[in-house]
Amino acid sequence: MIISDAIVKDVQALSSSIFLMQLTAPEISSIIKPGQFLNIKADSLSFPLLRRPFSVCDVNGDSFSVMFDIHGLGTKLLSEKKQGDVLNLIGPLGNGFSTQGDFDLAIMIAGGLGIAPFPFLAKSFDKSVSQFLFYGARNNEYIVEYPGLIKPFIATDDGSLGEKGNVLDLLKNNKEIFNDKRVKLFVCGPTPMLRAIAEFALAEDLDCEVSTECAMACGFGICQGCPIESKIHPETYALVCKDGPVFNVKEVVI
Amino acid sequence: MQPDLRVSVGPIKLRNPILLASGTVGYGPEIAEFTDLSKIGGIVTKSLSLNPRKGNPPQRIVETSSGMLNAIGLANVGVEEFIEKKIPYLAQFDTTVICNIAASSFEEYYECVSMLSGEEVIDAFEINVSCPNVKDGGLVFGNDSKAVGKITAGVRKVTNKPIIIKLSPNTASVSEFASIAKNEGADAVSAINTLVGSAIDIHSRKPKIYNVTGGLSGPAIKPVAVAKVLEIFRKVEIPIIGIGGIMNGNDIAEFMIAGASAIQMGTVNFINPDASLKAVEELKQYCITHSIERLSELTGSVIL
Repeated sequence: MIISDAIVKDVQALSSSIFLMQLTAPEISSIIKPGQFLNIKADSLSFPLLRRPFSVCDVNGDSFSVMFDIHGLGTKLLSEKKQGDVLNLIGPLGNGFSTQGDFDLAIMIAGGLGIAPFPFLAKSFDKSVSQFLFYGARNNEYIVEYPGLIKPFIATDDGSLGEKGNVLDLLKNNKEIFNDKRVKLFVCGPTPMLRAIAEFALAEDLDCEVSTECAMACGFGICQGCPIESKIHPETYALVCKDGPVFNVKEVVI
Repeated sequence: MQPDLRVSVGPIKLRNPILLASGTVGYGPEIAEFTDLSKIGGIVTKSLSLNPRKGNPPQRIVETSSGMLNAIGLANVGVEEFIEKKIPYLAQFDTTVICNIAASSFEEYYECVSMLSGEEVIDAFEINVSCPNVKDGGLVFGNDSKAVGKITAGVRKVTNKPIIIKLSPNTASVSEFASIAKNEGADAVSAINTLVGSAIDIHSRKPKIYNVTGGLSGPAIKPVAVAKVLEIFRKVEIPIIGIGGIMNGNDIAEFMIAGASAIQMGTVNFINPDASLKAVEELKQYCITHSIERLSELTGSVIL
């Protein structure tokens, strides 16, 4: 975990509301793992005051990327950054996905902007592991094409792209892909979606990791601002920033 | 010229006036990764209660204009685990350790301080009589001058270590509370704790934090804090530790000029956990620019 300046390499609009920012930061790029995040200061002033947390989206050499939509002033400022601008960041933060383990089929499930950590994750599995990607969103505006990512199964709430409906139903309708496979689910998206998939995974006894989110001030365990109910130690909360953001569904109540 | 940054807060001697505020440094190790604690004045540990507290459910934090609201709810490990697991770790740091206590009853304050008073690592106690985020204590006491007097007197009886009373800004007259703390044996006061605030989501019409209200901190509250420090300084003869939105060396100078003997940096640790180290250098530079040999001369030097 280091505090470092990073140089903006590129900011690209992937759709009318989703942006991809590439940042050059050799040290962080060399150590960050899929599912970990960075806390980025949108500018050096005191408004917006706090850093903004973003999952690492992808890593290429000495640069990495983050994906975001415009949510408020912080992300609006970030979307307007130009090549050569300098941003201060802290990272890598938190625990990422466990890419090693007893599985030969990795199923990545994304809800909307929850696609963000998967380009890097997809590159990190052993070659022997086969992959599927299930991708759900409100509408086609929130489905982005990311170069190099495998072709996803798509569901949208309004049916504007792929199947009409939610991503869990899409997964259930394609359960034949699980056949004879040792499956592990990797999930990132809005909390209601994480909750539904966690319930499904527990009921089906499938290994499942979810990337959670919560408002936080620091990102490294000091502010205690991001509690999540722990199944292992129910007398205390786990912290999304430090103990997560990726948890096994057996560890936390989502 | 190498300016002398040492200051005293009553009987507490500090390497420099920079303390890290309770609730923004954990119990020490969490911030030590970013900051060399031997270069700053000291740290104030996360509020302790007698028994562990789980704290409030999410959402606990929301950002506001140049500030943030928090309602953590005094999540802490409790006194026993603090003694067993945190104190041995704190012992390795060459820095002043102030232990913050937040209780829900008079007796709990006395018991906590009494249990911890023998620990060598602890240089002083800061008594939190003004946490706005727990329903059964804190602010209730912080708003009641008699209660603050009683807590101060009771804690004074069970320890010989310096006592600092952390004052609430959510009162009509902060100097009245400072005066009572002084009369009941406090060595210093720290001012201010967070201001009670709230933020509501206009789409869902729900409060943005679970606790409905939270404590406002950050640069947004600095002018309020400076005014409270000035008020105490002008009305009560007691050492003051200034707190509220301090981001850098210039802010520290401002609080000291207003009357603070030392200061605490809080919210800034969430954003730039090394800000206190930079502030040491900024303070040195300020002294050099203004030909100040001893930084402590600055305290209360405001020209009115």
